[in-house]
Amino acid sequence: MAKLTLTPNIDLPDDFYAELIEAHDGLTKTESDALNARLVLIFANHIGDRAVLAEAIRVAKEAG
Amino acid sequence: MTKIFEVSLYPYERSPDQDRVSPKRHPVVVIGAGPIGLGLAIDLAQADVPVVVLDENDKVSFGSRAICFAKRPLEILDRLGCGERMVAKGVEWELGKVFFDERQVFEFHLQPESGHQRPAFINLQQYYFEQFMVERVRELQAMGKPIEIRGGNKVVAVGNHPDHTHIEIETPEGPYELEADWLVACDGANSPTRRMLNLDFVGEVFEDNFLIADVVMEADFPTERWFWFDPPFNRGQSALLHKQPDNVWRIDFQIGWDIDREKELKPENIDRRVRAMFGPEVEYELEWSSIYTFQCRLMEKFHHGRVIFAGDSAHLVSPFGARGANSGLQDTDNLGWKLNLILEGKAPVSLLDSYDAERIHGAEENIVNSTRSTDFITPKSQISRVFRDAVLNLAERHAFARPFVNSGRLSVPCSYDGSPLNTPDALEGGPAHTRPGAPCPDVPLGDGYLLPKLGGRFTLLTINADAPDEVEQGGITATRLALSAKDDPSGALAARYLGEAPSAVYLIRPDQHVAARFPEYNDAQVRFAIRRATGKE
Ligand SMILES: Cc1cc2nc3c(=O)[nH]c(=O)nc-3n(C[C@H](O)[C@H](O)[C@H](O)COP(=O)(O)OP(=O)(O)OC[C@H]3O[C@@H](n4cnc5c(N)ncnc54)[C@H](O)[C@@H]3O)c2cc1C
Repeated sequence: MAKLTLTPNIDLPDDFYAELIEAHDGLTKTESDALNARLVLIFANHIGDRAVLAEAIRVAKEAG
Repeated sequence: MTKIFEVSLYPYERSPDQDRVSPKRHPVVVIGAGPIGLGLAIDLAQADVPVVVLDENDKVSFGSRAICFAKRPLEILDRLGCGERMVAKGVEWELGKVFFDERQVFEFHLQPESGHQRPAFINLQQYYFEQFMVERVRELQAMGKPIEIRGGNKVVAVGNHPDHTHIEIETPEGPYELEADWLVACDGANSPTRRMLNLDFVGEVFEDNFLIADVVMEADFPTERWFWFDPPFNRGQSALLHKQPDNVWRIDFQIGWDIDREKELKPENIDRRVRAMFGPEVEYELEWSSIYTFQCRLMEKFHHGRVIFAGDSAHLVSPFGARGANSGLQDTDNLGWKLNLILEGKAPVSLLDSYDAERIHGAEENIVNSTRSTDFITPKSQISRVFRDAVLNLAERHAFARPFVNSGRLSVPCSYDGSPLNTPDALEGGPAHTRPGAPCPDVPLGDGYLLPKLGGRFTLLTINADAPDEVEQGGITATRLALSAKDDPSGALAARYLGEAPSAVYLIRPDQHVAARFPEYNDAQVRFAIRRATGKE
């Protein structure tokens, strides 16, 4: 079974983080929420594996 | 022109039962001549079980109500002798379009698996559906089958005794009483029987209203299903357009929770909505309109002593996905043969426990599916709406998001997994969708289709395997249907029933669900499976 990656996995993390925040530049709260929802769906489909997705939801809920 | 739903189809007539001193005892009395009561009665009468149907009314359903009938109910109707006229009159559609705001976001083909005699779906007004069933009842009567519909017979009291029921009835000529070994309550969502017996009907009401308008118009739209999320003509809400026979179009407007029903139903208001949708010039005639609220409700048990519930009286689902009448017919399909065997003394009364187990499972599956559709169409929270709109926006450009779009899912029959009537699967390599409990999928054979050959009795389907022509066990006969590779020009039989296995022997119940399957015929195992499928193991 595939496993959720919870160790660093993105090259140049500062660049990606800046890119993510910049994507929201100039957006209203409503537009930002919509963008986030689209991103979640795109990421989720890319992952595909239901067990990994369920694990990601669990990890995200626990960290809040 | 007088509409069929204005014609009295089974007017009140005096029955000799009304002139008796003591109540006449019938084997089976059905309350309600809706699609479900009629379906059960036809099934029983075809098996020569005498049945009396009581209805307070004498007409078919007023207005169209149900319009979508799925493949499985059509297959059941074939067995009941009225599938062909439904399909001949019904409208078939294959293309669905989904709109969001002002644009079409995608379209989909309703591509059913090929090699089935019946289409995935037809659209047909419920009044035609019931009319064709009444015609079938008349045919059976002409053949001397023991079936009666008594219009103008209102059931006002029901007594549930250990070995029979007692029924009090009001008619235009005064009251009378009947007794029945078995009473089946197909008396609809507000089931008076359920209330008379003080039984619970738990579930939830969705806080929303839908205005339905059936309009007759000469429109040159193609025969497609169009669904709108948040369209300009119904802001913040949804709408649906569907074609029925005779140029009748079903329009469904979601209108929200806080509404003035009377005002909404005024013809001038409906006219304003229809013109906003089709343009000010549109010419049409309003056939029927109604406002409804979604509810999902379920009885805790469908079988209470000598009283059995089927159809809307036992379970209610929201209409998205067309599951009400469709699943109700599956109830009767499940119940008919069991009642018949019990009445003939060939199965124990406890066989009815499996009706509860199997059909409650079916109703729960329907409720889950229709609740998910409703949550997509009417998001219950801010974030749910954000995701819904995100899905719709993505769906316009990207195929991956389209499967999330849920404007109602096709109603498919459930598999009775875990049913007490199933014998554990013994066919190694057999396909999952014909496992014990599953409804038999259709298959084209050289000279027709598989399902009509399964009839309404126990069948021993053998594929590339030997077996006796008949197996008799405890008064129940399973008749062999022998097939082999030469009957399977399309390969669908092998794909759907063999999988990796070189041969197979299936025991199939009268309702065309798989009871057991084996790699080859084994007398002791088949006899065990027959006993188990009839509640004796
Ligand atoms: C707007 C709408 C759209 C729908 N669309 C679909 C769809 O597309 N597909 C689908 O499968 N389903 C659909 N349904 C659901 C479908 O209409 C019902 O599931 C179906 O009619 C249930 O049939 P029934 O025989 O259980 O009950 P009913 O059709 O309600 O019949 C009950 C009968 O019992 C009789 N009765 C009641 N009380 C008594 C009494 N005391 N004595 C004697 N007789 C009595 C009544 O007169 C009536 O004839 C829709 C429903 C609505 C409202």
